Amino acid sequence: MSSMGKQTPQRANLLQGTLDMLILRTLLYGPAHGHQIGKHIQRTTNDFLQMQHGSLYPALHRLEQRGWVTAKWEVAPDRNREFKYYRLTDKGRKQLVVEESQWKRMAEAVARVMWPAAEEMR
Amino acid sequence: MRWWQIRKRDADVERELQSDLDLEEEEQRERGVSPEEAHHAALRAFGNPTLISEQTRAVWSWNGLENILRDLRISVRTLFRSPGFSLIAIIVMALCIGATTSLFTVVRSVLLRPLPFRDPDRLVMIYEHFRDPSMNAQEFNYNHVAPADYYDWRAQTHGFEDMAAFRWWQFSLTGERGELPEMVSARGGSWNLFPMLGVQAAIGRTFTESEDSPDGNTVMLTWSLFERRFGGNPWVVGRQIHLDGKPYTVVGVLPKWFTYPDAKIQIWISYASGLPPDILRHHDFHFSSVIARLRPDVKLANALSQVEAVQYRLHLQNLNAPVAEDVAPKTIIEDLAQNVKRPLVILLSAVGCMLLIGCLNVANLLVARSAARQKEIGVRNALGARRMTLIREQLMESLLVSIAGGVTGVLLSLAATNWLVSTWTDLPNVQSIGADGIVLAFACSLVFASAMLSGLLPAISSTSKGAIAALQASSRNVAGSQSRTALRKTLLTVEIAATVVLLIAAGLLLKSFWRLRTTDVGCATDNVLTMSYSLPTKKYDTPQKVNAFNETLLEQVRTTPGVRAAGLGSMVPGAGAGEDDAFTIPEHPPIAPGTALPDALYRTADPGYFSALQIPLLRGRFFTGADRAGSPKTVIINRLLAQQYFLDENPLGKHLHVVPYGNADHEIVGVVADTLYQVGQSPKATMYFPVLNGDSNPGGLTLAVLTSSEPLAFSVPIQKQIAELDPELPVSDVLTIRQIIERSLGNASLTARLVLGFAALSLMLASVGLYGVLSYLTTQRTGEIGVRMAMGARREQVVHLVLGDGLRPALYGLTLGLAASIGAVRLIESMLYGTQPLDPAIFAAVAATLLAVAVLACLVPAWRASQIDPMQALRTE
Repeated sequence: MSSMGKQTPQRANLLQGTLDMLILRTLLYGPAHGHQIGKHIQRTTNDFLQMQHGSLYPALHRLEQRGWVTAKWEVAPDRNREFKYYRLTDKGRKQLVVEESQWKRMAEAVARVMWPAAEEMR
Repeated sequence: MRWWQIRKRDADVERELQSDLDLEEEEQRERGVSPEEAHHAALRAFGNPTLISEQTRAVWSWNGLENILRDLRISVRTLFRSPGFSLIAIIVMALCIGATTSLFTVVRSVLLRPLPFRDPDRLVMIYEHFRDPSMNAQEFNYNHVAPADYYDWRAQTHGFEDMAAFRWWQFSLTGERGELPEMVSARGGSWNLFPMLGVQAAIGRTFTESEDSPDGNTVMLTWSLFERRFGGNPWVVGRQIHLDGKPYTVVGVLPKWFTYPDAKIQIWISYASGLPPDILRHHDFHFSSVIARLRPDVKLANALSQVEAVQYRLHLQNLNAPVAEDVAPKTIIEDLAQNVKRPLVILLSAVGCMLLIGCLNVANLLVARSAARQKEIGVRNALGARRMTLIREQLMESLLVSIAGGVTGVLLSLAATNWLVSTWTDLPNVQSIGADGIVLAFACSLVFASAMLSGLLPAISSTSKGAIAALQASSRNVAGSQSRTALRKTLLTVEIAATVVLLIAAGLLLKSFWRLRTTDVGCATDNVLTMSYSLPTKKYDTPQKVNAFNETLLEQVRTTPGVRAAGLGSMVPGAGAGEDDAFTIPEHPPIAPGTALPDALYRTADPGYFSALQIPLLRGRFFTGADRAGSPKTVIINRLLAQQYFLDENPLGKHLHVVPYGNADHEIVGVVADTLYQVGQSPKATMYFPVLNGDSNPGGLTLAVLTSSEPLAFSVPIQKQIAELDPELPVSDVLTIRQIIERSLGNASLTARLVLGFAALSLMLASVGLYGVLSYLTTQRTGEIGVRMAMGARREQVVHLVLGDGLRPALYGLTLGLAASIGAVRLIESMLYGTQPLDPAIFAAVAATLLAVAVLACLVPAWRASQIDPMQALRTE
């Protein structure tokens, strides 16, 4: 129980709002269930981003409520059981583009403040 | 979302989490972990499934209403579990919110709500204003306007759309066929007054310009007289009624809501009607109120400067008459509420203070309860309850208490407002005082503010501790509750400080009121009955007829058994300032042009007046039966006039020249002691003219009767004697001098009593708070005290320990309160009479009272602590 309360220092907390974008981006590869999405993000970032289930599931349901993803119970190909699969909608694709461009601008802005020298060199 | 959908969604979330959790477990197993270990590892990786499902479901919940309903359910249950606490908290809140709402209702109606006239924002009262600061001290900074000034202002300035005037009057009202006579309060309003205010007659019409003349004989009735005396029957319009014996035609009835400037007025006549034409040309008869309507395109300052220019020219033209240099504006509301504004502000501050104390008290009770629920909160915290949820739940409790208290309080306030309005006779605009939307909104915001104030602090403090700390803290561990105890003591200190401020204000007001009551007005106050009448000029048209009536009446009253003396005069001491007039002293060099003439109160007196009222003669003689119409004119002055204007000379034999009455020299024949025209005001120079001299103002006369026993018992026999002499003559204001004084002090007495009531309630709240904190503290320290006693501490030492603990916040609060009072008393300084704002006796008495109450409140817990059986205490741990 205490493992979720404390974070090891090497791991970063997700920036507010970026989780939605990461989920949408993950779903671009095709439908996935919650567990897969969490694992994928964690693995892709070499465990840098520790997925907290406490935020993952509320985020998934929030995306579903906004109509950016749809959910359906389907049998997993490798397990003989049903999982709740999330699928990107057209609205979700557009949202991903919006969030991506916002994130880019944000990242550039932060970079300009943090490493002004690099900017001059260019 | 419907409930079945909620159900389905919940099941869906559970299933999703379960499947993913199972998958995690499977994966762990596939990695070669033992099944037992895999289950735990999956759970560790996953987190708290209940919490996750709760948070996930929260995404779908509809506006959090579900949560609120749940919190509500829990709070209601919690409150019912401790009915004693709930009841006390609700009563405290009801009293505080009720009192505050009541006061606000009155303040809103009297000070904040504009009068129901057309465009009330552009209406302004204009008064004359003297530059001499010593005149301002005598309340001449807002002096009534002379008729000729008003006419000149209206004709010669252009900044106002219109200007109207009204004046005070009083009539004896009879019907065409001599029905029951009655004294009615009246006003004379210029013909344009009602159109300017936007007031239309409910029946008939208002005055026309031609009716506003000295021989005008039309009258308008107010709704109350119309209903009371004429049965609400419209046939009265067009008929005649008799005022002071003269016929007037009723042209209209004013609407029911029109009770300006006060509700006692029964009749309106036109401004000029009944006034001698030469008075209308005078610049020094100050008896009118002027209302003006500003033109929309003109600034008030510009419009006023025009009036000021006219007034200054008038001042230069009448240098020897009391004609002011300037004018001064006032809003209508300010004008109506001038006597009640400060008491209202003080009372509102006092109830605000009390509300604060009440909230702090409830907060204190809540802190105590949350301390008792510390473990519960710790467990819930550990199970994953979010801090906001816990805070919200506690706030819901204080909100429920506040709402229950608020609803009760608003109901209480309806009754309290009624009581206040009927008791507080000075309040203007009484009929419009009542709760409305704004008052309800105010009450609602009070409820929420109280809920926040009393709930937020305990909620934050009780949830601030980590879950582990709360669970680890045992009752033996005193340190665990240290911060909470500190919070309670701080709340208590503030509460006591506020109580001290209230107590000091109440003490000062009471002392001032007591000083007022016991002031020596300079005349007999016991066993003196007074009553007033006004002889109608039509029936009593010669001085002989007037004198015959007055002398016969006096003769009859004096021979009534039990009557020791009787006197007749225009006014008795304590009944108000009345009229004042300018005079000159022919024996003195003429007053330099540009300085105002000396001025003194005008009174009339018969030969027996001074001895009946026991006003001592200092020099010369009283009036005799020879001082009457036709004989040499005489006057009696008071000590102050002699002192001010006849420094070292003997005033006897000198003369006063008074313009309005006979325009003649009056020889000074006597000097009498000073009396107070109003309790609480310093005496003024006064001149007394003989009642019998024929050229005095025929207005009202007051009969003063000194009796040998209970004076009110004589009221009926004497009224019967008057009725025998003239059955049409109404008698008014049958009062003892003591009653007259009491009536003029009504305001001061009510304010003092109310503030005292609020202060007493606050003191009670504070002592309950002190008792509660200390009891809680003692329970907390039972173990520690047990150990101390086991180690050999004596019972007195334990009492000292606990007493010191409780008295420390009391002492801090007292010090803080005394310091705050030094600033707060400035607010009431101007209301105090004969009392210093920093009266050491009051400060000392308040400090002593507070300490005594604090010691009493602390003694019970301290004694209880000293009775602890050490073995018992240690065993229960």
